[in-house]
Amino acid sequence: MPKDGGIGASTVRREDIRFLTGKGRYTADINLRGQAYACFLRSEVAHGRINRIDTAEARAMPGVLAVMTGADFAAMGGNPAGWHIPSRNGEAMKEPKRPVLAHGKVRHVGDAYAVVVAETLEQARDAAGAVVADITELPAVVDMAQAVANPDLRVHDEIANNVCFDWGWIEDNRAAVDAAFKAAPHVTTLELVNNRLVPNAMEPRASIGDYDPGTGDYKLYTTSQNPHLSRLLIAAFVMGIPENKLTVIAPDVGGGFGSKIYHYGEEAAVLAASKALNRPVKWVADRSESFLSDAHGRDHVTRIELATDLEGNFLALRTETLANVGAYLSNFSTATPTFLHGTLMAGPYRTPLVYVNVKAVFTNTAPVDAYRGAGRPEATFSIERVVDKMCRELKLDPVAVRRKNLIQPDQYPYTTPVGLVYDTGNYPATLDKLIQIADFSGFEARRAESARRGKLRGLGLSTWIEACGIAPSNLVGVLGARVGLYDAATVRVNATGNISVMTGAHSHGQGHETVFAQIVSDKLGIPASSIEIVHGDTSKIPFGMGSYGSRSLAVGGSAMVKAVDKIIAKGKKIAAHMLEAAEDDIVFEDGKFSVTGTDKAKTFGEIAFSAYVPHNYPLESLEPGLEETAFYDPANFTYPAGAYACEVEVDAETGRVEIASFACADDFGNVMNPMIVNGQVHGGVAQGIGQALLEAAAYDDNGQLLTGSYMDYAMPRADDLPMFTVDHSCNTPCTHNPLGVKGCGEAGAIGSPPAVVNAVIDALHRGGHTRVTHIDMPLTPSRVWSAIQN
Amino acid sequence: MHNFDFVKPSSVADAVRALSAQGAQALSGGQTLLPTMKQRLAAPAVLVSLTGIADTKGVRLDKGALSVGGATAHAVVAKEARKHYPALADLAGGIGDPAVRSRGTIGGSLANNDPSACYPAAVLASGATILTDRRSIAADDFFQGMFTTALHDGEIITGVVFPIPEKAAYVKFNQPASRFALTGVFVAKYGSGVRVAVTGASANGVFRWTEAERALSASFTPAAIAGLSLPSDGMIADLHGSAAYRANLARVLTGRGVASAH
Ligand SMILES: Cc1cc2nc3c(=O)[nH]c(=O)nc-3n(C[C@H](O)[C@H](O)[C@H](O)COP(=O)(O)OP(=O)(O)OC[C@H]3O[C@@H](n4cnc5c(N)ncnc54)[C@H](O)[C@@H]3O)c2cc1C
Repeated sequence: MPKDGGIGASTVRREDIRFLTGKGRYTADINLRGQAYACFLRSEVAHGRINRIDTAEARAMPGVLAVMTGADFAAMGGNPAGWHIPSRNGEAMKEPKRPVLAHGKVRHVGDAYAVVVAETLEQARDAAGAVVADITELPAVVDMAQAVANPDLRVHDEIANNVCFDWGWIEDNRAAVDAAFKAAPHVTTLELVNNRLVPNAMEPRASIGDYDPGTGDYKLYTTSQNPHLSRLLIAAFVMGIPENKLTVIAPDVGGGFGSKIYHYGEEAAVLAASKALNRPVKWVADRSESFLSDAHGRDHVTRIELATDLEGNFLALRTETLANVGAYLSNFSTATPTFLHGTLMAGPYRTPLVYVNVKAVFTNTAPVDAYRGAGRPEATFSIERVVDKMCRELKLDPVAVRRKNLIQPDQYPYTTPVGLVYDTGNYPATLDKLIQIADFSGFEARRAESARRGKLRGLGLSTWIEACGIAPSNLVGVLGARVGLYDAATVRVNATGNISVMTGAHSHGQGHETVFAQIVSDKLGIPASSIEIVHGDTSKIPFGMGSYGSRSLAVGGSAMVKAVDKIIAKGKKIAAHMLEAAEDDIVFEDGKFSVTGTDKAKTFGEIAFSAYVPHNYPLESLEPGLEETAFYDPANFTYPAGAYACEVEVDAETGRVEIASFACADDFGNVMNPMIVNGQVHGGVAQGIGQALLEAAAYDDNGQLLTGSYMDYAMPRADDLPMFTVDHSCNTPCTHNPLGVKGCGEAGAIGSPPAVVNAVIDALHRGGHTRVTHIDMPLTPSRVWSAIQN
Repeated sequence: MHNFDFVKPSSVADAVRALSAQGAQALSGGQTLLPTMKQRLAAPAVLVSLTGIADTKGVRLDKGALSVGGATAHAVVAKEARKHYPALADLAGGIGDPAVRSRGTIGGSLANNDPSACYPAAVLASGATILTDRRSIAADDFFQGMFTTALHDGEIITGVVFPIPEKAAYVKFNQPASRFALTGVFVAKYGSGVRVAVTGASANGVFRWTEAERALSASFTPAAIAGLSLPSDGMIADLHGSAAYRANLARVLTGRGVASAH
């Protein structure tokens, strides 16, 4: 019987009522008394030297309060990269300063170099039009291969070949991997592009700076997945505001997909403007600004090689990747192509030898950073495409080949050749489950039916694994992280017995308010309706690391469980006193503290009341109150995994691909709310299909963004997608967190693109177009048609 | 958006007069003009709304032809043309989304003459007549290249008269992002012969594929054009498809249009 509450129940999302009835409170909905409006001036050229910015005319325009340029921020610090990645030769990575506003040079179309603040938004826009920027256009470098090859083209004058780092993983294994390739009976090589994407959160970025001249306190309302990180970066690196004088509030946030993890210059600019003007300053990006200035995702060019024997046993794997970081290093940009990508190159397989080389390359494009899946989709795509190509070259069955190379259930903990220890899993089980739910055995009949309608049908498969629940601080520290990656929660039991939970995780659509309340309700035996989940306000919540990398439940949820455990432990002490029993004899069950073997009991509410009205209370040995905070730093990443299948129909005359069906068999460990997990998988797969068939951020040779609006940037829509078949019954609970949970937020976006592309290639081969070995994403009709023609 | 004045006349004559003012521009459904103004790419001083003029709205049969008022919304055509000219109704019902169809109008679409718009294909393939406040213009003379028409400054499209074909079809292949026509083909079979108009493909905007028209006038079957091909010179090449791809689409969609004409 499905539960109707608590852990494992498909509880309806409580936050949806306010979202769906227009009662959400997003940054743009917040209007502070006396607020002024900011409009940023953004570079129209991809690369240029700023000679002079004449603001005199703009300053004289009606309503204008201030015009600030890069010069006004030149003395401030830069927005740093969160991870230091050294090069193979031991050199430190190149880390150019990322200023609040561009100064000296503009480095990508959309690079903000000035801000106008006025009484109204229209006045700010009018005045922005009157700012005269004398900028000498310089040659832009857009293509990564050209960026590393041409020493005359420099995004940053001090970086000769535009290479941020040249990273080898694991460098000590390189010789052994090369030797295995020399000796291998078969080598499959594939060159591929992991297409650049624009995150396109439904809510564009927005920030309000609010300086209080009375107290000297700063408040920043902002669209962040990670308010404490923004506070830390603004305080310690960019503006030097003491952390205790800065509050960052990320209220309801309408999606992020990674793009709102980071601190952006606009946040510092509105704070500085607010201080200068003694009034709140508000900025809301329009969609065009989002396209130009949000951190983009992916953008890898990879050559991958797989060495096998003639039966398809994997012997060694080697990759060379150019990873675009854009014009500046965004906060996670150096970790994404390395420790979130290179360390996953073993996939779910027993490949004994793996070597990964990644060069991060500066170009005159918007910064590139983590986007749903972040590095792991790129790893999965490369592996699953090369495995498929190998199967075709050696005429082997792609299911059988995958099955025999998978890590087996008795091999855990499994140490990969790329530095991770998988704690648990059962990859053959999810593969078997997939074959059943996707009805592989009925494929041939479906193919014949499609053929009767003149369509080519294909079946594509992928298996995937990811390391998520981004944490162990000591491990990420070794890997180059400059911060810890624990999380924190405070459970505050109020005197009347209801509960406020303050979590360091941030919900921007995931449904934390529902799931976290389910968990606390389950553990304490009190109704979820009596539990409030508070997040997103640094003045209310303990220091947490926000939400990304499928970490909220595995890390933040675990901190919450630890805090609940402390509440129960304290409750037992209070109960022992009240019931005149030994503490060890108190058991807590279904919301009641009772003395074992007796009917003597106190309800949770009675204990809470006694903690706040301590008339009958062990005051000599116990503090009153019932509030506990816990920080949780896990022992390892969690390793969700799964297998995906996609069926497509291709119209060979037009090249149009239609997704006929899509099935997912995933292992997320214990599932707290199956409905929400299904939703996460649906959304992830939709984005993965978007990447595979529709989405691409394209720049022309001059660095102009060709896909700067929805007229040219194709987002997946409901009618592009089939009904998904989703299963997560093959679960192996995580071995090291108290809930046994893994992450599910990124899975869909990780596993799906290769399944789609494999399906299209399969369809073309079955249709006789056997010379097509690869098509780069997105597989638009014209690309598929061209591949068929050649 | 910049500030502007707004007038909503109730007769064509008043509208023409209002449009003679400095910086005045006609506003119909606003589905093209308003986004352009929001982006500050257009800044008319006066918007003259055409949607308050009763006799430029609606669909009616007139001497065996279908007459559509210039300010008639796509959704209205999708509904009311269905019985008389189903292929035209299909086309109107496939433009944009419900919001766009409820607001956008045939007059606005034709005046704008976007190279990827749908209506120009129907108008040209039907040999329709465009009526304005001062004259009538044959479809063959109206479209003069991308975003260019025979309209003079301040001239208002008041209606379009479509001769009703025996059979017709519009086959639209969506540009994946905008869902305008990456290429669209309108095929119409009349007693006097077949007309084929292609939109979305050519850098010169909508055009007639006369070679296919001749072949289909002789035999209205997909086989009749199977051996034909369109040259790719002059076709649009962009992110969404090469010139050769568009030429291919025009041929494939013409065949499908013939097969599905009703
Ligand atoms: C999201 C979206 C999707 C769309 N998809 C499609 C599609 O798939 N296919 C398609 O064909 N179109 C599509 N369109 C365009 C839509 O059909 C517009 O309605 C049309 O292009 C313009 O018509 P309008 O009535 O809105 O004109 P407006 O925007 O009001 O005006 C457009 C131009 O025409 C002038 N004008 C307007 N009416 C007249 C008139 N009667 N006489 C003279 N000049 C006039 C105006 O001054 C202006 O210059 C789409 C639009 C949007 C926003």
